[in-house]
Amino acid sequence: MTTAMTTEPQLLEVSLGPQHPSTHGVFRMNAVLDGETIVKLKPVMGYLHRNHEQIGEHITYIASFPFTDRLDYFSAMSNNLGLAIAIEKLGGIQASERGEYLRVIMAELTRLVNHTAVTGFLLNDMGAFGTPLLYAFREREKILDLFEAASGSRMMCNYVRPGGVREDVPEQWLDRCRALVGAYPRFLDEFEKLLTANEIVRQRTQGVGILKKELAVNASVTGPLLRASGVNYDIRKVDGYSIYPRFEFKVPLGTVGDVYDRYYVRILEMRESLKILQQALKEIPGGPAISPKGMAMGKAPRTFRPPKGEAYGRIEAPKGELGFFLVSDGSPQPYRYHVRAPSFVNLTILEDMCLGRKVADTIIILGSIDIVLGEVDR
Amino acid sequence: MLPTLEELKAALQELLPGVSLTMEGGSFLVEAKDVTAVCRCLKETERFGMDYVANLTAVDYPPERIEVVYHLCSMHHKHGPIALKVKLPRATPVVASVTPIWRGAEFQEREVYDLFGVTFEGHPDLRRILMWEGFEGHPMRKDYVVEDQDAPHHS
Repeated sequence: MTTAMTTEPQLLEVSLGPQHPSTHGVFRMNAVLDGETIVKLKPVMGYLHRNHEQIGEHITYIASFPFTDRLDYFSAMSNNLGLAIAIEKLGGIQASERGEYLRVIMAELTRLVNHTAVTGFLLNDMGAFGTPLLYAFREREKILDLFEAASGSRMMCNYVRPGGVREDVPEQWLDRCRALVGAYPRFLDEFEKLLTANEIVRQRTQGVGILKKELAVNASVTGPLLRASGVNYDIRKVDGYSIYPRFEFKVPLGTVGDVYDRYYVRILEMRESLKILQQALKEIPGGPAISPKGMAMGKAPRTFRPPKGEAYGRIEAPKGELGFFLVSDGSPQPYRYHVRAPSFVNLTILEDMCLGRKVADTIIILGSIDIVLGEVDR
Repeated sequence: MLPTLEELKAALQELLPGVSLTMEGGSFLVEAKDVTAVCRCLKETERFGMDYVANLTAVDYPPERIEVVYHLCSMHHKHGPIALKVKLPRATPVVASVTPIWRGAEFQEREVYDLFGVTFEGHPDLRRILMWEGFEGHPMRKDYVVEDQDAPHHS
């Protein structure tokens, strides 16, 4: 037997996942490697698929809310808000003034939770096991306490409704929230001191996974991932849904579009969210937390029969554009219920960002996209 | 600002003579053969600048048709979304893929292919995405029957 010497590259097929801590759930990347370098990478998903949309077409509009909690299970409040906005469009429901404020407060707190956690996870992916993640989770837990006080559940909040929110926040809640918002910048400063100028973080992230502006737009990328590539597109500004036009805030943009920019854009977005929260907590009026029409719908879901037609409602969720497409045939259930999930669409360009990089880079590139499989697989 | 739907329709018909466009409840109805031309025109005409396909999905209307729905936006001009619809025969739903125009349609078209059985011609990698390979049927079709897992086994 002879072993032929060859100069042909020996390609190796490796399955990263589905059970792997860096895949943030059950997700697989079929990679073809030349040594350590990625030459091909195909994402495989669907392990958590439960046909969320099919379920939504068999139940009343309002009964879908608890299911939306389980889409992006880090951002239950935002998911609720997305569906509420689509239903309001479809049924012509107006939210109460206090309800609108409470929703914005919840949505921005969700953004804090999400961006804090994803930054912790990103560091975990880089090999900084535990410590940064625990710092992040410590702060996240404080916000989850607020969610629990308002909705009864830390993560599966099921709180926002068409017309407002399910019920008003308890006494003292707004003061607790103000205290948290007042203290949060100190945590961000501390977090940034550890990370932003950190030599190792910079070496691992700068110039890695660059996504060019043109490709980002063409590939329907949204959220911090898009803005890190320098595209100024934030649905809170573009659509001005809910009461966002009343608040002053900036849209932070990156310049290079690498993993570092995504990290930093998220940090800056949190600071902007805190600005919105401060304004909302200052201006929040009294009155009912839900409008009469929303209340009626909550009490008797089967009486809510929107006129024939369709609506596409979308919000700027922490991960990007979260859209709900509803078609009504005049019955109590939606004829068609579709979720446009930001994590799912953002994965389209995973391969492009990973080609030519090392295996270790793939892990942090995936981490920087920020996916939650509950939403990818639906 | 995005022109009103009527203006948009008039402008499109001027740019694309021979393409039939109808309006149906706030969305454009396009014939399957014209999808590529209309989408290219919407993307490449400076005034429309629809550079972003926000959402792509389908709606099943048994017994005869399936509609593919496109929600298009412009990130450059910050307007949209406008809805575009294509009606396809339910028995053989085939339409041109828009992935060559917008990469963002790649996974969304795969999802529609997987769950509705619509074939997108010209798609670079049309495979199932959420269901596994070898799975039969299209679970989002209205007549899909879920296997009854509680049914007694016949031995």
